[in-house]
Amino acid sequence: MIDTLRLTAEEAMGLIERGEASAAELHAAYLDAIRDRDGELHAYLRTVDEADGGGVPIAFKDVISSRGVETTAGSKVLQGYVPVFDSTVAARCREAGLPLIGKTNMDEFAMGSSTENSAYGPTRNPWDPERVPGGSSGGSAAAVAAGLAPWALGTDTGGSVKQPASLCGIVGLRPTYGTVSRYGIVAFASSLDQVGPMTKTVRDNALLYRIIAGRDPCDTTTVELPQPVELPEREDLKGIRVGVPKELNEAEGIEPGVKEAADRTIELCRELGAEVGETTLPRSVEYGLACYYLVAPAEASSNLSRYDGVRYGLRVEGESGVRSMYERTRDAGFGDEPKRRIMLGAYALSAGYYDAYYGQAQKVRTVIAQEHAAAFRSFDVLVSPTSPTVAFRLGEKAENPLAMYLSDVLTIPSNMAGLPGLSIPCGLSEDLPVGFQLIGPQFSENTLFHVGHALERAIGFDVVPGRLQ
Amino acid sequence: MNWEPVIGLEIHIHLKTRTKMFCRCEVAYSEPENTRTCPVCLAHPGSLPVPNAKAVEWTIKLGLALGCRIAERAVFHRKNYFYPDNPKGYQISQYDEPLCVDGRLVVPGPDGEPEVGIVRAHLEEDAAKNVHTGSAQGRIAGASATLVDFNRAGTPLVEIVTRPDLRSADDARRFLQLLRQTVVELGISDAEMEKGSLRFDVNVSIRPQGSDELRTRTELKNLNSFAFAAKAIQREVERQTGIYEAGGEVEQETLHFEPGTESAPPLRSKEEAQDYRYFPEPDLVPLQPPAELVERVRAELPELPGARILRLAADLDPDTATDLVTSGRDALFERVPGDRRAVANVLMNQFAAAGVDAAAVDPEELGKLIEARSRIPRERLIEALAASGTPGFSADDYLGDGLMADTSELEPIVDRILEANSGQVEAYRGGKEGLLGFFVGQVMRETRGKADPKVVNELLREKLSA
Repeated sequence: MIDTLRLTAEEAMGLIERGEASAAELHAAYLDAIRDRDGELHAYLRTVDEADGGGVPIAFKDVISSRGVETTAGSKVLQGYVPVFDSTVAARCREAGLPLIGKTNMDEFAMGSSTENSAYGPTRNPWDPERVPGGSSGGSAAAVAAGLAPWALGTDTGGSVKQPASLCGIVGLRPTYGTVSRYGIVAFASSLDQVGPMTKTVRDNALLYRIIAGRDPCDTTTVELPQPVELPEREDLKGIRVGVPKELNEAEGIEPGVKEAADRTIELCRELGAEVGETTLPRSVEYGLACYYLVAPAEASSNLSRYDGVRYGLRVEGESGVRSMYERTRDAGFGDEPKRRIMLGAYALSAGYYDAYYGQAQKVRTVIAQEHAAAFRSFDVLVSPTSPTVAFRLGEKAENPLAMYLSDVLTIPSNMAGLPGLSIPCGLSEDLPVGFQLIGPQFSENTLFHVGHALERAIGFDVVPGRLQ
Repeated sequence: MNWEPVIGLEIHIHLKTRTKMFCRCEVAYSEPENTRTCPVCLAHPGSLPVPNAKAVEWTIKLGLALGCRIAERAVFHRKNYFYPDNPKGYQISQYDEPLCVDGRLVVPGPDGEPEVGIVRAHLEEDAAKNVHTGSAQGRIAGASATLVDFNRAGTPLVEIVTRPDLRSADDARRFLQLLRQTVVELGISDAEMEKGSLRFDVNVSIRPQGSDELRTRTELKNLNSFAFAAKAIQREVERQTGIYEAGGEVEQETLHFEPGTESAPPLRSKEEAQDYRYFPEPDLVPLQPPAELVERVRAELPELPGARILRLAADLDPDTATDLVTSGRDALFERVPGDRRAVANVLMNQFAAAGVDAAAVDPEELGKLIEARSRIPRERLIEALAASGTPGFSADDYLGDGLMADTSELEPIVDRILEANSGQVEAYRGGKEGLLGFFVGQVMRETRGKADPKVVNELLREKLSA
C-alpha cells in the first residue's frame, strides 16, 4: 500500500529504484487518491489513465501544453483544445520518464490568487475545504498538499507558484526569469511568466528544477544555468547573510499570526548560524504592485488576442461578418478577470498613454531591479512572509479585485526584478500553513535550496494537512 | 502656379529564405493551402517566435546596399490588430528601433541623379492570405465565406520606407526599378510583383514649386506594376493640382486600386488613425548584430546596380544605362566590343526580342554581328541574334559568303525587277521617291534576304536616276 499523503517524490523514486513499486503502480495509487479526495478538492481538471514513462508521476497546471491532452488554461475559450505539441517542460519531463498524471485547475489564464477565477469551478484548500488554495496554480498546490501528486508544475507571473504553495503548506519555487523555457506555456505576461516546481520538500524541488531548467532554442529569452543544480545537504546556515527587508515584513495587511511565524523563522536563521540584518526596499514595495498591474495586463491584452475563434478553441458564430464572431466568441469565452485585464492592458498601451503607463512601468521596473541588486551587495538572501495572510475563505475576496491583488504584494516586487523566490512552509497560524519567502539574486537557486532545506529540517513542518492525517 | 509633386514610397519585399521568419516552416508560394504551417505560425497557445538568422543577415545586407546605418540594437515590436490573416492578433514588426536606418539610393535619370533618402529598412513577418469564396474574382464584396491560407503567414518581409524625396512619377518608377534590381542582385528576394514578393504603396502630395512645405498626402495602394504606378501617380498629381487650383483642399485618404487590373477607378477610403498599441515584443530579446557580421556582409557586397548605371551612363544616357542594368544585360554589354550606343541599342531591342540567354553568348561574335548590322538584311540579323546564344555560334556564318554584295551578281536581278515593274519605275521618276523601299523589298525577296541592302540601294538609285 503506497501512502501518497506522505510520499515525497524522492522517496517515490527510491521505491522505483529498489523495485518496490513500479511506475504503473505509483500512477494507479495516485489515481486512487484522486478518486478518493479530489471530489471535494477539485484540484484536477482531468487525469491521464496510463503511466507514460517509468518514473514518478507529475501533475501540470493546465497552462502547460501537453501533446494529446486537452489544455484549457482554465478558460472556456480553450475548451476542447488539444495541443499538437509538447511544451519544452513537458518534453523534458517526458524525457526524464515522468508520466503525466493530470492537468490541474487554475485561475483562468493564470489571472488570480485563489483559483476561484477558473471557468471550471474553484479548487478547495486541503487544509480547510472552506478556504481557497491560493492561485493561480491552486490546483497544483492542492494536489501536492493532499497527496494527489508527488510533485507538480505551476507557473508564476506575480506570485502564482509561491502564494498557493504558501497557502497549501508546500514548497514552491519561482525560478530566475530565463532559466526555464516558456515554450508551450499558454502565455499570460511574457516578461514575467516562469514555470516553477511545486513539491513537498526542498530537495524534491531541486530535483524537478534540475529536470526543467536550462536554455531552450525555442525560447530566445532562456539562458544556460551558470552552475548545475545541486541537491541541498547542509543543515546549517553558517556564512549565509540573511537580509530582512523592512517593507516586506512590516507591510500593512500582514496578519499577526503570519508575522509571528515569519519572525520565528528569521530567528531560526540566526540559530542555524546565519548573519541576519535589516535592509530596505522602499520603492520596490511601494510601486511594485502598481507597476505589475500595468505591465502584466498590457502583455496579457496582446497575448490573449489569438483567442479569436478562427483556428481553435471556442467559436460563437456572429450575426454578420468576422467582427461579430470575434466579439461573441471573446465575450462568451473569457471570464471577468481576463476581460478586466485586457481592458486595463489595452488602455495602458494605447497611443497617448503608453509613455505614462507601460513605458513608465518599465522604467520603474529597472529601479526595482537596481534596488534589489543593491540589497544583494550586503545579503545572500532576502526573507519575508510569502503571503500577508493564510488561506482565506472562498468568496471572501472574489468580489473585490483590489483586495485579491494585494495577496501578491509581497511576491510581486522580486518577480518584477526577474529574481528567483522560494516559498517554504514555516508554521501554522489559525491551523493554516504560513509560507516563508526566500529571495535571491539571479541564478541563486542553489543558495535558496540550501537555505530552504536547512530551515525545512529545523522547522520540521508536517506537510500533511491535519484533517487528512 | 507651378506645382511640384512630393512622392514617398513604402516597399515590402519577401526574403527568399528557406524558412519563415519566426519558425522553421518552409517558405512556399504554390503549395496546397495550409501545408506549410506549425504551432508557431498558426499561433497555437504557448508557441514562441525564434528569429531567422539568415533573414536578419539579409536585411543587414540590403541596409548596407542602401547606405543605411545598421543599428547596434534593434527591437521587435508587436503591432496589435484583429484580422483573420493575423493569427496572433499582433504582427511582429519593428517600430522605433529598426535594424537599418538613414540610407540613400541615387537614382540616375535624364534630369540628374536625385538622391532618395531611406528612412528605414526593417524586418517583419507577413500575414496569412485571406481567400474570399463565392464572389466574382475572389473579392470580399459579395463573398459567401472567407478562407485563410496560412502558408504565407510568417514569411520574412522587409519594409523599406523612403523620405518624400521623389519629384516625379518617372523618378518613382526609376527608383522602384533600381531597388528591385538591387534586391534581386543581392540574391535576397525574387521581388516579383506577380508572385506578391514585392509590393509597394505610394504617398503623393503636391506643393508650390520652390516651397518646402508638406501638404496633405494621399496613399495609393495595390499598384501592380511600376509602369502603372507611374501612370497612377501622374493622374493623382493632376487630380490634386486640379483641386488646389479650384481653391479646394486635398483630403487625406487611401486610394485602393483593384488588384490585378489597371482600368478600374480606385476605391477611396478615409484614413482612420488606427491605434496598433505597439510595444516591445517580450518574447524576443533585442537584436544586437555583431560588428564582425556587419563588416563581413559589407565586404561581400558586389558592385551595386546603382553604381553600374552611373558608370555606364557616362557612355550612354541614364535611361539606356538603367534599362541595360535592370534587364540584367549590362554584363554582356560590357563585354561586347564596338560602338557603345550601337551595342546598347541592339541589346535592348532586337537582341531582347530574340529572347536569348545573355550568359550563353560569345561577346566577340556578337560584337562582329552588331558591327555588321547595317550591311546585312534585317531578317538575317534577327536570325543571327536568335542563334547567338547557341554553342559554337559564328557571326561569319551570317556575314561574308552568305551575303550578296557583288554588283555583277545583283545587277541582273535589279534589272529584272525594274523591267517587271515599269509602272512603278515611271511613278518613281515622276517624283514618288518613296517607292524606293518597294524596289528594295522586291530585290530582297528575290534573293531570299541575302542581298546587301546597302549595295541594292546604291544600284537602284543609280538605275532609276539614269
